[in-house]
Amino acid sequence: MMGIFVETPGILTTIQDLGRGGSRSLGLNPSGAMDRNALRLINILLGNDESEAALEFHFPAPTIRFEADAYFALGGAEFDARLDGVPVPNWFCHGASRGQMLHFAKPVLGARAYLAVAGGFDIDPVLGSRSTNLAAGFGGFQGRALQAGDRIGIRGTVNRRQYPKAFVSSSLIPRYSRFPTVRFMAGPEFRLLTAISEQELFTKGFVIAADSNRMGFRLKGARIHLLHPYELPSSPVDLGTVQLLPDGGLIVLMADHQTTGGYPRLGNVLQVDIPLLAQLAAGDGVGFHFVSSNEAEQLLFASEREIDLFRVGRQLAAI
Amino acid sequence: MQIYPLSESSLIVEFGTVIAEEFDLLSLALAQHLENEPFPGFIEAVPAYTSTGVFFDPVTVRKSFPDSESAFSLVSGLIEQIAARMEVSDDRVQRTVEVPIRFGGADGPDLAELAEARGLSETEFAKIFLSVPYRVYMLGFLPGFAYMGEVDGRIAAPRLATPRSKVRKGSVGIAGRQTGIYPFESPGGWRLIGRTDLELFDVGRHEPSLFRAGDRVVFVDI
Repeated sequence: MMGIFVETPGILTTIQDLGRGGSRSLGLNPSGAMDRNALRLINILLGNDESEAALEFHFPAPTIRFEADAYFALGGAEFDARLDGVPVPNWFCHGASRGQMLHFAKPVLGARAYLAVAGGFDIDPVLGSRSTNLAAGFGGFQGRALQAGDRIGIRGTVNRRQYPKAFVSSSLIPRYSRFPTVRFMAGPEFRLLTAISEQELFTKGFVIAADSNRMGFRLKGARIHLLHPYELPSSPVDLGTVQLLPDGGLIVLMADHQTTGGYPRLGNVLQVDIPLLAQLAAGDGVGFHFVSSNEAEQLLFASEREIDLFRVGRQLAAI
Repeated sequence: MQIYPLSESSLIVEFGTVIAEEFDLLSLALAQHLENEPFPGFIEAVPAYTSTGVFFDPVTVRKSFPDSESAFSLVSGLIEQIAARMEVSDDRVQRTVEVPIRFGGADGPDLAELAEARGLSETEFAKIFLSVPYRVYMLGFLPGFAYMGEVDGRIAAPRLATPRSKVRKGSVGIAGRQTGIYPFESPGGWRLIGRTDLELFDVGRHEPSLFRAGDRVVFVDI
């Protein structure tokens, strides 16, 4: 089966979908795309199941040769994509002919980009997901980041009616920024914060530290303190959990986070705002804005309704 | 029992704040109850030392219970009802998993130092380690990594101040009065006393993880 050929691999290019949920009780971390919103939108655009696997990549980005005719879409970070030198913007359907080369000229905005193909990549799911689990070395493409010379097939057939001129409407595209404010809901140990730290958490900005990766983002900034030191017996955590380290620093858990942790959980970044965080790199900044858990849930429902409308629109286009 | 939101799609049921078998049994009982009788939108339950994480899809919860104030309040209400009538016993049928272990040398690079510091020979140290069965309190850290206890106080050992950047797969470690086995090569700070050849996590198996929370584990010298 013909698909894509990896000419150069980029710094960290992996196969990711919406993650391997359902086995956290075995210590199995869910993995999955950092910017799930981008992945879902370009999959829906292409008529794929929204959980279809895509390539997640950083800059320097991979160079990809198409070895079959394909429809594809790019989303997430903007890396000035070129197909045989011709610009191919994010959030649009594009057709590629066999032999054409996709490369990324320069980082413009964001840290993580996604390449999805109509029909999906020919990757066998492991424990219900095609995501790469780098720590345990399974899933995705041979359980590892892509290397030069890798070939990945494309599944399924292509419904040509769906594709010409299709794009993701601009109201759905996240407002990526290098200094976003993300919304935050209180977690189990939030009540243990000092009044000053509670205030500083929402008024001071934080900077993404260099030792940040797919497991978590370390934040530099104001030291945050609890009323009393608190050591927690290891307890479950989630994507977006903001943990307080013993030195007063913060860490936000990202897609490859462990299933449990012993650091106090001050709160969680709202799911609708995790894409904004996922597009940050070391040196970028972030601020937190408090919302209630009820409000967080309402914002999630509103976002899901918009995505539902887009999905229905794409399904109608396919008829 | 306290219930806290974790994210829009997860919450924490906290039975206590210090490690005790009573709380671990409660967290396991709640997780098993939810797995056996899932509510609409339930994804999974994660038992831990003193708490259970409950993961759910809030959209499905709200569609199934449109009158509820929020998915969080609905799921917490269900959990309070379950907890009120949940039966907890520690004489449940336990699985026993036998783990062959080689002590010391390259397999357990910290054994000699730990034994000497306690005025024990390596053989005496190993004998104390082998003398009791352990209980799997929870899984976490890495796929298939079981937190087990309780290690005899005479051989308990604090974590390394600076974790090793590379711990070999199958290494058996001690951290305080806990013991655990690294299912994969990874960084780690537990003191290493031996190693096993068992595959702790294999995606090709029907049950990928060798251990489950609640298991009884017996180490055997080889």
